[in-house]
Amino acid sequence: MDLLLWGVYPYVSVTLLIAGLVWRARYDAFGWTTHSSQLHESRLLRIGSPLFHFGMAFVVAGHVVGLLVPMSWTDALGLDDHAYHLMAVSTGAVAGVAAAAGIGVLVQRRLRTPAVRKARVRGDRLMYAVLLGALALGLTATVLNSTGQTDGYNYREGVSVWFRSLFALSPDYQLMAAAPLAFRLHVLFGFTLFALIPYSRLVHMFSAPLKYLFRPFVVYRRRDPRLTSNRPDRRGWERVS
Amino acid sequence: MRVMAQVAMVMNLDKCIGCHTCSVTCKQAWTNRQGTEYVWFNNVETLPGQGYPRRWEDQDKWKGGWERTRSGRLRLRAGGRLRKLGGIFANPHLPELGDYYQPWTYEYKNLTEAPAGEDLPTARPVSQLTGEPLDTIEWGPNWDDNLGGAPEHAVKDPVVEKIREEVGERIRFEFEQSFMFYLPRICEHCLNPACVSSCPSGAMYKREEDGIVLVDQDRCRGWRMCVTGCPYKKVYFNHRTGKAEKCTLCFPRVEVGMPTVCSETCVGRMRYLGVMLYDADRVAGAAAVADEHDLYPAQLECFLDPADPAVIAAARASGITDEWLDAARRSPVYDLITTYQVALPLHPEYRTMPMVWYVPPLSPVVEAVAATGSDGEDAGNLFGAIDALRIPVEYLAEILTAGDTRPVEAVLRRMAAMRAYMRRINLGEPADESVAAAVGLTGAEMEDMFRLLAVAKQEDRFVIPAAARPDADALAASHPLDGGCPVAGAEGGPSRVTLDISPTRRSS
Repeated sequence: MDLLLWGVYPYVSVTLLIAGLVWRARYDAFGWTTHSSQLHESRLLRIGSPLFHFGMAFVVAGHVVGLLVPMSWTDALGLDDHAYHLMAVSTGAVAGVAAAAGIGVLVQRRLRTPAVRKARVRGDRLMYAVLLGALALGLTATVLNSTGQTDGYNYREGVSVWFRSLFALSPDYQLMAAAPLAFRLHVLFGFTLFALIPYSRLVHMFSAPLKYLFRPFVVYRRRDPRLTSNRPDRRGWERVS
Repeated sequence: MRVMAQVAMVMNLDKCIGCHTCSVTCKQAWTNRQGTEYVWFNNVETLPGQGYPRRWEDQDKWKGGWERTRSGRLRLRAGGRLRKLGGIFANPHLPELGDYYQPWTYEYKNLTEAPAGEDLPTARPVSQLTGEPLDTIEWGPNWDDNLGGAPEHAVKDPVVEKIREEVGERIRFEFEQSFMFYLPRICEHCLNPACVSSCPSGAMYKREEDGIVLVDQDRCRGWRMCVTGCPYKKVYFNHRTGKAEKCTLCFPRVEVGMPTVCSETCVGRMRYLGVMLYDADRVAGAAAVADEHDLYPAQLECFLDPADPAVIAAARASGITDEWLDAARRSPVYDLITTYQVALPLHPEYRTMPMVWYVPPLSPVVEAVAATGSDGEDAGNLFGAIDALRIPVEYLAEILTAGDTRPVEAVLRRMAAMRAYMRRINLGEPADESVAAAVGLTGAEMEDMFRLLAVAKQEDRFVIPAAARPDADALAASHPLDGGCPVAGAEGGPSRVTLDISPTRRSS
């Protein structure tokens, strides 16, 4: 069971993520959008959405640092464990609370505004449940861990090491199995969320339009060559020679 | 000189009767889908009025278009690239649905499926978005049509607010003192489109061949910056698909030489479609001239004379075909914009270099002059009366020339002169060249202009080269039934696609 959850499931999830992204890009680019509901309601969105998105950006950055930077590196820098956690918990808490508050406003808005409620797309409910679950569990794990209710568990010696072992394709699943329940659940929800990204509106996170900063303002394009007859014959329509 | 071609439109507001046929046919062709209930790629506004979406001209609020920085560069009014990306999670200047209107329908089934009974069935209005019943319908796509509710609504017209101080007494909304005219609006397919420039994804583009501005539905990610960027508020957000949509200038029709749906179905025959050649290198400079009053002449200077051999050579070098050059030489739009100079751009001060131009409305000047006991069609009387028009020239100027009244007056004088000149001819009197000369035209030009404005048939109003012609030829050539296709072997090289050939057609 531990092997399945912590040794196999992450790979399944990431495979689903990558396959989903390829599928979106190749066959459903039309479905690749934010599905914004700002047209229906702007006031609450302008509070909730930036809170959530900027909060999440910092949360993600925090995860990257916490999971990918080994303890030995920060030790080498002379940063002791206490100082590290103080920094991580303080910035992480601010980001996490901002994200949670933001999503709170957004969920409230989605439930309370009839037009926004109606603007739900397929899979939204599952996605919201997993997202909210992951967020809540993450905050819970942080709170429990920093208030000393996890017997001094140090995720940088457990979860992080396991996470890095995933990249080496030899998952140290026992490490993860030994983590406190809140961490285990959080990781489980997290990987489920990864798998959902390409199949839900969350896919828009992979289209952050950074190119906008560098392209000329006005874009010119020629008429779509697919519309002209010069294209190669489609499969199944090859001419008899 | 970098020659580019643009399919442009001119609307003769003098002939718009405000019937909304263009809007309705456009809607039935393009936006009768879920998610576009509130969308009108073409709409007709009664001016003075708030328009659609409400007060769209108020750029202090909506931040559409470009502004000129002190250093003389152009900047999107809603902010630069970084600011745009910073606000990507919640566009601060996006109109809400209520700024357009809450789309509604009626419970018609209550009427058609009511069982026989004592009670009269009713059909309540219900929201097309939520399906919930609406107690009161508070606004619609054309709520202040024909000045309906003008004392209450038209005072909130941003242009009225702006010029009220200046014009004072002449803008009134009491019934017998009011004025009005119609303004049909589609996407302007600008030369310097702010919507394209606002799109973070690079999904919006201007087509090189015909200048039509489109949204690539596969690349749009729903960031909504284009809606803000367009000062005319002619890019819409499809709330169902989560993608931006806009007027396509009916490109599938234009590509085969057919006019747009709105043009084809225009009852007043007041729309003209044709090719304009312009120098793409001059656009950026023209859009950034210091004085707003120079924007109209600066845009005029971007247009190239399709009869000029140098232009023809440069156009060929940039890959413009002879069919397009021929269309450009016969372009009714070119004549109205540059030869007779009776068409003006819509809100040039947005600096987007719009390409749907308008002939300002003259009416009812003749009646007004006649009512004073003078000859309403005498040129001298008409010229004098233009200052006293029911529609204040200042109002037209705010809309068409960034507030400069001189070009508007010149256009109105030219049109008044045309009436006076043509009246003499219609009455069998000798033509009076001095009337034409007074507005800088010759008698022959006057008659040409009259033909174009008054009697032009469909093939004179719509001169559209078929972009898809080479494609169609190639398709015919590659058809499995080689040689058997009846439309493949048209003789005499590429020619204009012939439209409706009615037996009453007089020209050629």
